[in-house]
Amino acid sequence: MYVAVKGGERAIENAHAWLAEERRGDTTVEELSIAQIREQLSLAVNRVMAEGSLYDPDLAALAIKQARGDLIEAIFLIRAYRTTLPRFGASEPVDTGNMACDRRISATFKDLPGGQVLGPTFDYTHRLLDFKLAADGEAPKAPTRDTEPGNVPHVTEFLNREGLIEEAPHDDTPPPDLTREPLEMPAERALRLQALTRADEGFTLGLAYSTQRGYGRNHTFVGELRIGSVPVEMEIPELGFAVEIGEVTLTECETVNQFTGSKTEPPQFTRGYGLVFGQTERKAISMALVDRALRWEELGEDNVGAPAQDAEFVLYHADNIQATGFLEHIKLPHYVDFQSELELVRKLRREAAAQQVQEAAE
Amino acid sequence: MTDYNFAYLDEQTKRMIRRAILKGLAIPGYQVPFASREMPMPYGWGTGGVQVSAAVLTPEDTFKVIDQGADDTTNAVSIRTFFQRTAGVATTTSTSDATVIQTRHRIPEEPLTEGQILVYQVPIPEPLRFLEPRESETRKMHSLEEYGLMHVKLYEDIARHGHIATSYAYPVKVEGRYVMDPSPIPKFDNPKLGDMAAIQLFGAGREQRIYALPPYTQVISLDFEDHPFEASKADHPCGMCGATKSYLDEVIIDDAGGRMFVCSDTDFCDARQAAGHKGKDAA
Repeated sequence: MYVAVKGGERAIENAHAWLAEERRGDTTVEELSIAQIREQLSLAVNRVMAEGSLYDPDLAALAIKQARGDLIEAIFLIRAYRTTLPRFGASEPVDTGNMACDRRISATFKDLPGGQVLGPTFDYTHRLLDFKLAADGEAPKAPTRDTEPGNVPHVTEFLNREGLIEEAPHDDTPPPDLTREPLEMPAERALRLQALTRADEGFTLGLAYSTQRGYGRNHTFVGELRIGSVPVEMEIPELGFAVEIGEVTLTECETVNQFTGSKTEPPQFTRGYGLVFGQTERKAISMALVDRALRWEELGEDNVGAPAQDAEFVLYHADNIQATGFLEHIKLPHYVDFQSELELVRKLRREAAAQQVQEAAE
Repeated sequence: MTDYNFAYLDEQTKRMIRRAILKGLAIPGYQVPFASREMPMPYGWGTGGVQVSAAVLTPEDTFKVIDQGADDTTNAVSIRTFFQRTAGVATTTSTSDATVIQTRHRIPEEPLTEGQILVYQVPIPEPLRFLEPRESETRKMHSLEEYGLMHVKLYEDIARHGHIATSYAYPVKVEGRYVMDPSPIPKFDNPKLGDMAAIQLFGAGREQRIYALPPYTQVISLDFEDHPFEASKADHPCGMCGATKSYLDEVIIDDAGGRMFVCSDTDFCDARQAAGHKGKDAA
């Protein structure tokens, strides 16, 4: 006898209970604290803040804990929370020239004002598993020195003085807001950059890599990569002037790209730009490469049909929360559609078989 | 849950969505872009429908959610619970008692009435998407009423298979103007779309589109004179309630591949059984 499946509600509750238990894992092992995640898994926290579009290390750490370390799930938690927050206003644009840099490197000039600062980078570590860490995670104190006072000027400004790099004209037009208006094509650069800074790191990396391998190549130099904190200022209407309301850590990447000139533009270097919350270097460099590839039209370059040149393709598929939701929805029941396909395939097969019989008889 | 506004979304967002809905009702079948929000459930799991429901629900409403025609499928349960928690509205499984019905992939068997709202969850709102992947192109095609590509596709189906090989999400034309995707309902449900007394609202969250059919709108499934549209279903009566005119799910009941057919609309089937109708597989 057939009994229709019931009890979805109970099944869901029980699944949630099991999930919570699995999240905690073996209870004889000490529980992770939010502070531990924030301090010791800080690059995961940075990624969640960047792609979640919300700068709050504690909330990001909480999301990582709740998501059992699944970063896309953590990003999703942050996005869903973020969208419920009231919006008080917008900050002044941050001045990255005024950044207190932990890291600042240029691949185009051996030395430059402000100097090359390696900072806390994996770059020259030998990737050997450190078995000592398994027993004892304490690190020796790193040597320090006083910072040099003064601004750290952007490398592209030096090139600009000679007119060797395209101008980045000052523009006071308020940028569109991806989170408040539907994404529509064609998308101007400000909107593209907004979408890219919260885009999936893996997708952005893959696209950037594809441009390096020849799919829309625009040979790139890292003019400058800088990581550090910048003050965030906001104009308070009652005061009539901007006051500092906090600090954020940012990673900024400016690329300098070869450009032989086009019908409309003289030979000069061109720019790609990446700016991402937190120490998120791979993402910022990838973003700059993809930004540059997407600029083919305004620079009068040829569209060679490369994926990274296709704004619609890039922007509509770069958001991992959209992508993972739609991908995973195919787990939901589809019996109704499947049933209609079954009927159709059966009917087509019946007719094909009948036709074969008829042909054989003739 | 008191930390959230009634029906989760803040009033400004609801207002933005209501504007899109009104525009959609004013231009039946036209896809209105709207600033879809991130919801606390994944994109692709009904976020469009949920946002539309949140925007139209009032505290006096009675809410019903179905997925594949059933009230007790997991995602329908999840969405119903969400609105119970965030809006505190009354919920029901009865089609006639509901004032707002959110659905995925089905139109209830029982005809809807004036004053009811049917909210569809839509995965891909663009009927031309699989013929032309670019949004910029398809929007142009709609504005120029350039639907030749769709007719060619349907014609090629006939040439190749003898039939139009689309069995769900079967494209329709609304009031002789816009070609519209009715969401992945089986084509069996297509005839119910036209001349419906209830308001029909379609929400696609990830794709940021809302569209609508006001009551008594003309909706015609695309076809050819010599290959007229045919609403099809499994050629069986329901094993539980004996209904012959309802859409059926096929259920495998033993290891030998034995199967039976039951109504996909659980409320319809339960009501018939309660009224004494009995199919051949009923106990």
